[in-house]
Amino acid sequence: MRVLPAGDTGLLVELPDLDTMLGLYSALTDRPPPGVVDLVPAARTLLLRLADDADTAAITATIHATKPAQPTAHTTETLKIPVHYDGDDLAETARLTGLTPAEVIAAHTGTLWRVAFIGFAPGFAYLAGGDPRLHVPRRSTPRVRVPAGAVGLAGEFSGVYPVEAPGGWQLIGRTDTPMWDLDRDPPALLRPGMLVRFTAVGGAA
Amino acid sequence: MKRCLEVIAPGPLATVQDLGRPGQAALGVGTSGAADTAALRLANRALGNPENAAAIEATLGGLTLRCYGGLFATVTGAPTPLTVNGRATAPNTVFHLPDGAELRMAAPPTGLRSYLAVRGGVAVEAVLGSRSTDTLAGLGPPPLTPGTVLPVGLPPDRPPLLDVLPVAPPTGGEVALRVRPGPRDDWFTGAALRVLLTEPYEVTSEIDRAGMRLAGPPLERARTGEIPSEGMVAGALQVPPAGSPVLFLADHPLTGGYPVIAVVAAADLPRAAQTRPGQRLRFHIDRRGRP
Repeated sequence: MRVLPAGDTGLLVELPDLDTMLGLYSALTDRPPPGVVDLVPAARTLLLRLADDADTAAITATIHATKPAQPTAHTTETLKIPVHYDGDDLAETARLTGLTPAEVIAAHTGTLWRVAFIGFAPGFAYLAGGDPRLHVPRRSTPRVRVPAGAVGLAGEFSGVYPVEAPGGWQLIGRTDTPMWDLDRDPPALLRPGMLVRFTAVGGAA
Repeated sequence: MKRCLEVIAPGPLATVQDLGRPGQAALGVGTSGAADTAALRLANRALGNPENAAAIEATLGGLTLRCYGGLFATVTGAPTPLTVNGRATAPNTVFHLPDGAELRMAAPPTGLRSYLAVRGGVAVEAVLGSRSTDTLAGLGPPPLTPGTVLPVGLPPDRPPLLDVLPVAPPTGGEVALRVRPGPRDDWFTGAALRVLLTEPYEVTSEIDRAGMRLAGPPLERARTGEIPSEGMVAGALQVPPAGSPVLFLADHPLTGGYPVIAVVAAADLPRAAQTRPGQRLRFHIDRRGRP
């Protein structure tokens, strides 16, 4: 674990893997050190945003002394997301992975995915831990508009567009489950550490 | 008479801003808030408002409003020439807007962003604890358009504190900013950091509330490839492969995949946010708090 400076009001903690990151995130969320304003989880790092007058040295010491929580602490919530697997890039994803479209769907629904972090847009969850055969590059030309509810793949991640946005992920399907709803508390359906299982509805399978 | 502000013309971009929504990263929501927090805080202090009351952030002036109900107001940040019902009024003073008054803000001689604050604050509905417009995430009230009506909150118990605000206007010349190297300075050659700390960088026309692209000598990488997306802070100097840095401001993306060579000190960000295309920035090592 390395703690790197991110200006005078930030600390970037580098971690060996996603589980350790989520464990530290969980531990620090439960007991935030004084002066920590926000925690930004990401693939291999956790960013701590600090108040202007925070004691950076003391917070750094606390990070080193904090034992990452066990991942089991997060596994209580498993959310099912029903997907219509009729995305525009399903055939291309099959070609890139050497699978048939039906095998892509089976792989996508066959494992639990874990919410690694939220980024790109409010409520956009980066889901990790899926079938490694589904690792595909982003589209070389991003789409100007991807509709809300589109289910995509990029690199090691899967994700659901919470709102209409430009985007370069390979789209394999769509869901009617709203990812972002300001009338809900919290508005984001998915939060770091949660587990997700995609299920196929209708269409090809 | 209900106290409110009606937008007649918004100018190039006018939004409602307070101190943003910190603490919402788990939802994928960034801080946003005023680009020049110092100017917003000053305006609110002068009026007796809480420091995080919402005001209007106007870009390069051009904002015209009709004001209803009788209000005390001030304008801070870029010192835009003001008129109230056609009579000149100075920025950085507390003035009264009679019921029905028309307030006009012209283009400021220096600086980019002016803050029109009213006693009681702009009282649009808060989203996730803030009234700020996050232009990147599309959260909060939409940017102001002709006909937008903004309610004004109840005046605070405290009286206005200041009549004249002792503050220097933003410079139109070179701006010195303190930086701390990292978190990814090890992705660059040693020469790159020296270049950043010795050569001037010019603000380009590619600027918005998310960030400003700078032009100057490219910052050479020692490593190729991309970093797995990691959390970003306001003030980060992120360097895409082409080598020209982008300085992140209030509405910056929450995470990014390009390395950050250095970060501008939080206290210097308000001055960075007031620079215009063509102005030069110089970066210096921030030695505060070091032995």
